[in-house]
Amino acid sequence: MYSYSEFDANFLAERNAQFRAQVARRIDGSLTEDEFKPLRLMNGLYLQLHAYMLRVAIPYGTLSSRQMHKLADIADKWDKGYGHFTTRQNIQYNWPKLSDVPDMLDALAEVDMHAIQTSGNTIRNVTADHFAGAAADEIGDPRPVAELIRQWSTDHPEFQFLPRKFKVAVTGSPNDRAVTKAHDIGLRMVEQDGAKGFEVIVGGGLGRTPMIGKTLREFLPEDDLLPYLEAIVSVYNLLGRRDNKYKARIKITVHENGLDDYRARVEERFALIKPQFSGVDQKMLAAINADFAAPTFRREPVTGYQDARQHYPAFRSWADTNLAEHRAPGYAIVTISLKAHGETPGDASSGQMRLMADLAKRYGNDELRISHEQNVILPHVHKNDLPSVYSALRAAGLGTANVGLISDIIACPGMDYCALATARSIPIAQEIATHFDDLKLEHDIGPLKIKISGCINACGHHHVGHIGILGLDRAGVENYQITLGGDGSEDATIGERAGPGFSANDIIPAIERIVLTYLDIRSDPAETFLQTYRRLGLAPFKAALYPEARANAA
Amino acid sequence: MSKPFSPKVVTANALLEGDVIYQTAKGWTRDLSKAEVLTDEADADLRLIEASQQFDKIVGAYLADVALEAHTPKPTHFREAFRAKGPSNYAHGKQETI
Repeated sequence: MYSYSEFDANFLAERNAQFRAQVARRIDGSLTEDEFKPLRLMNGLYLQLHAYMLRVAIPYGTLSSRQMHKLADIADKWDKGYGHFTTRQNIQYNWPKLSDVPDMLDALAEVDMHAIQTSGNTIRNVTADHFAGAAADEIGDPRPVAELIRQWSTDHPEFQFLPRKFKVAVTGSPNDRAVTKAHDIGLRMVEQDGAKGFEVIVGGGLGRTPMIGKTLREFLPEDDLLPYLEAIVSVYNLLGRRDNKYKARIKITVHENGLDDYRARVEERFALIKPQFSGVDQKMLAAINADFAAPTFRREPVTGYQDARQHYPAFRSWADTNLAEHRAPGYAIVTISLKAHGETPGDASSGQMRLMADLAKRYGNDELRISHEQNVILPHVHKNDLPSVYSALRAAGLGTANVGLISDIIACPGMDYCALATARSIPIAQEIATHFDDLKLEHDIGPLKIKISGCINACGHHHVGHIGILGLDRAGVENYQITLGGDGSEDATIGERAGPGFSANDIIPAIERIVLTYLDIRSDPAETFLQTYRRLGLAPFKAALYPEARANAA
Repeated sequence: MSKPFSPKVVTANALLEGDVIYQTAKGWTRDLSKAEVLTDEADADLRLIEASQQFDKIVGAYLADVALEAHTPKPTHFREAFRAKGPSNYAHGKQETI
């Protein structure tokens, strides 16, 4: 793992001291809210419906056990004993007091963490495949590059006042678990003639104008990465619209100017600035690479694991859903579900955080990951240790065997917390999970991603949910629109809107009608919901959702 | 004819705690039922300006619609109902003390 250099530590200490003074000046009345707001946002501090919210970056989703312990301590000392993991690999504290925030930031700095650029019109927390460094299908570990981008983008003087926020995601695998096509810049590691490089994708994004990213460069050599990124963002900084907030993201800039025009501008800028990069970035990358060296994997037969599978059905069920294939023989990637039926997606109590940290330390090379799907990952666990890991998780309410299933729902905080929300998300997620758990259909339904956003800004990624739910305010009543057939993978697709929305009372039965229709019409139990949707389209689901329309037409 | 003015309260978030507060005749309360109800448009605009000037105590003052039930103000929109109560997934926020 990357650990801070003296430069990083000094920078952060200075930045935290500045913010402490800014908070003091706000409290004593020297700064108005209009003056203070941009300052607090640059340090991850929002004001929401019921309280302030501090959004802490977890760069590329990677945490050590020491960092996770600190997150738990902060939750206990200054919040209400829990944290919320988000779709951008951040953690949010929902109840801090303004006067406590400088102390919280100092506590984070003790473990090389910060809340810088988790808000505002800057380059945000860089996200990456949560299976990085462990996945069997990986070309290379995306985290060293993500760390390089973090260092380059943090406090980058040219990019502190972009037209709008800017999100970068990196994946090292052909199976895209980082939703790179829904980011302002998506980077996918590729190889060409034995040389490593990146496919550079721009202009993806969800929100009110969802767009799938477009390939700007099929192959960018590895050492051109930073100058090329700088060229992309630099062109956007000048060309991006500042007259209309809703047209300010790079997806609109690329759309309005055309990909070829944008590419020509980037190449011109790249040619100009490339000579300024002396190669120091590549020296830094080499040093960062060493920090992410693969752990030593032990070699032993997986007899303990096989015994447990045979004798312990609950363990077998969990292993079948929550494990992913590791690149080292005898190892597995463990996804810990933060989606126990009826609980808030992405929330973990301080006790649960400490337990996960301790398991990572004892069984998992001291590493944890946060996924954009709001779960926690232990990337390197030997299969013989899995029964012990499972027992400990289960005892702490973390043993739910539902990863990738209907109750493994992404949900934004919605109107339970967020000042921008137009409807609630969390109760809908809770009800869907408990409803299908009661029906005992979850495992029969198989892989199905439901994603819920409480407003058009789409933090809950509803556009790329196999079933997407968007909460709106329709004449003072919560109303939920359904989209179908979305996909956030390498085959990224924006879902199709099914028709008029449903009330909070009617949305669960509507989801049930969709799911029962799928079970009726799938060609065989191996055909997933998404495959069925792609084969048959919207029509059969629409008919199930709106039987009255069919009756009226008849 | 212009639309009749519906009753309102001045609401904001407290600067230090960030929680929801409502203006009273003399200051601020955390309890909607104790808020000052404004039934005159000119008066409401004036009270909002007065509230906004207290930027060392509050953030983001605005006028929120209320309905009067037995002389007590109640929220008319679900957003204001959540603000007056707290989130629905945990008994946190104002509902902790109700």
